[in-house]
Amino acid sequence: MTTDTASDETRVDLDIDATTTIPQLTAGAPATLVAREVSAWFGNHQVLDNVDLTMAAGQVTALIGPSGCGKSTFLRILNRMHELVPGASLAGEILLDGQDIYDLDRRPIESRRRIGMVFQKANPFPTMSVHDNVLAGLRLTGRKTPGKNGAAELVERSLRSAGLWEEVKARLGTPGSSLSGGQQQRLCIARALAVRPDVLLMDEPCSALDPTSTRRVEETIRSIAGEVTVVIVTHNMQQAQRVSDNCAFFLAAEGQPGYIVEQGPTGELFENPRDERTSDYVNGRFG
Amino acid sequence: MTSTIDSGVAGPPPLKDDKLFADQDFRTSRRTSAAERPRVRTGGVSTELVTHVASAGLGALALVWLVYERLVPVTGTIGFWLVWYAVFIVMLAAVSATTLDRMAVTDRVVGALVTTAGMVMVSALAGIVVFTFVRGKGALSHSNFFHETMAYYGPDAGLDKGGIYAAMVGTFEMVAISMVISVPLGIATAVYLSEVRGRIARVVRVVVEAMTAVPTIVAGLFIYSMLIIELGQERSGFAASLALSVSMIPVVTTTAEVVLRLVPNGLREASLALGTTQWQTVRRVVLPTARPGLVTAVLLGVARIIGETSPVLLVAGSTNELNYDPFHGPQISLPLFVFTGMRQPLDVAISRAFGAGIVLLTLVVIFFALARIIGGRAPGHTSRRQQRRFARNARALTTTPGEQP
Repeated sequence: MTTDTASDETRVDLDIDATTTIPQLTAGAPATLVAREVSAWFGNHQVLDNVDLTMAAGQVTALIGPSGCGKSTFLRILNRMHELVPGASLAGEILLDGQDIYDLDRRPIESRRRIGMVFQKANPFPTMSVHDNVLAGLRLTGRKTPGKNGAAELVERSLRSAGLWEEVKARLGTPGSSLSGGQQQRLCIARALAVRPDVLLMDEPCSALDPTSTRRVEETIRSIAGEVTVVIVTHNMQQAQRVSDNCAFFLAAEGQPGYIVEQGPTGELFENPRDERTSDYVNGRFG
Repeated sequence: MTSTIDSGVAGPPPLKDDKLFADQDFRTSRRTSAAERPRVRTGGVSTELVTHVASAGLGALALVWLVYERLVPVTGTIGFWLVWYAVFIVMLAAVSATTLDRMAVTDRVVGALVTTAGMVMVSALAGIVVFTFVRGKGALSHSNFFHETMAYYGPDAGLDKGGIYAAMVGTFEMVAISMVISVPLGIATAVYLSEVRGRIARVVRVVVEAMTAVPTIVAGLFIYSMLIIELGQERSGFAASLALSVSMIPVVTTTAEVVLRLVPNGLREASLALGTTQWQTVRRVVLPTARPGLVTAVLLGVARIIGETSPVLLVAGSTNELNYDPFHGPQISLPLFVFTGMRQPLDVAISRAFGAGIVLLTLVVIFFALARIIGGRAPGHTSRRQQRRFARNARALTTTPGEQP
């Protein structure tokens, strides 16, 4: 509830930012991501069971559900971060515009370049300035930024898309870690957007932020939707309602793998859930 | 909260409840400013503590003196002070018990014991430094000590002749070559241990940890039998550097691995999620973030080997001649100079040895100070140099037109 009251106070200046956002950040069109019969394990422990989900191009899909039901694992499967955990394995396929990203011929880094990720904890590179953090995706992978002005333009566009430009334009040279927590998280979003991904995954991006920063990140998500497909994990029901077009409700019984109970347009899922468990969860009766 | 949106876009709307702030303004204008107000003393030394310690100390001294000098026929300074300390602790406990409860007495006694341990450590170190300095200052006061060698003088030559130049050259070259060998190898191994992991990495870690315990004389023997006896190489500073590297690599590796593990995993994931390869992540994110700590690792490794004597004696031989070439012919190092000087039954030679000891101590202190200055920070902390670089970049960026059409 505090989220709503606090964000009302700051709506005035937020809207300015939203209108100044430069459209058409991504080069390619947002891509549809389809998960087919995805199961996942850590060692012998199964954490996901036969998850089917279509994340429509240019829309925001929210993954909701109580802790430990495999939402984050599912999200990390979507850009091949899951396999970095020792002992992790999975079954099923993830189709990015019809092509399986787990195809043996495709290298993980290709998929990760097209499917960006923002983490729960803001993690700007501490040895780089704000400016360099935004360009990190290009520089780390050895790709050239298009000329000197091209780099400046890309930095500005990415920061504007993340709703951070006005706040940091005077101190692009300061370390990324010198920003406040909310600014750091938006810097991470700008960094992920600068490589022009087709899909952006967000793992509880607001869980460590105060209401004002949360509000700004949500504004950012709404403004980039359409240019990029967004998949967001959140524990916050109101947030899921505010930002997402579609919703998937995950659930796991004690010690059992997680699965999707119900999925569909957000409005429908919240107003008129088909499953009783969904109704209980979205109305705060458990979880 | 305001700081996050303090952006120049538009100020946050004023809070309805202005009374709070008006009240604060009133308080700050009327009262003295915080800087002028006296601070409450916390954790200071109370008069009671001073009285208790002093009375226990004096009482113990009087009692032990009485026992030693008048009652029991024993003598000996060390014994006297050991007995005094034991009596002092007992008396301190007894005196404290007059005003404090049992737990507070225990607290005070343990405090006294721990403080003593710290003071013994510091005074032992100070003793070594002062003693070395007093014995060696005769040699140090002659400038020829630093730029001449013992090639043309016997060990009985006066302090105004000869010096440690050859030993300084030898130490410098051996340490430099050891660094060239150990730093890349040690840090590469650390990267392997912390970034690649797996079963083989565990074996490697055990081996590296075992290597830290290999006595340098054994490392020297190994190089001696392999390089000099088996392969027929001559004794040289390079051979000594190889032996020293055996000691230096594990120190660099273990320290560097700890430092690399301190780099938050979130940074690695952030980098990988941008589509980088593991090598790009290590080179552009992990190593730069850990850089201050890696410098510490290198300097600790240097400090470990700079004072080593036995491997140098075994494989580099010992010579009074100045030899710049580390690959051919024997070389001498500072610790070896100390060793040879000490064996002479001559005051001048011993004085020179102490002088070389001071130079060696100074070098070690310089290395440790450097390690503290460069690396005494958590990973991710921006050094002053980085901050300057950031500031420079900031100026360059803000002077170029920021607004795009």
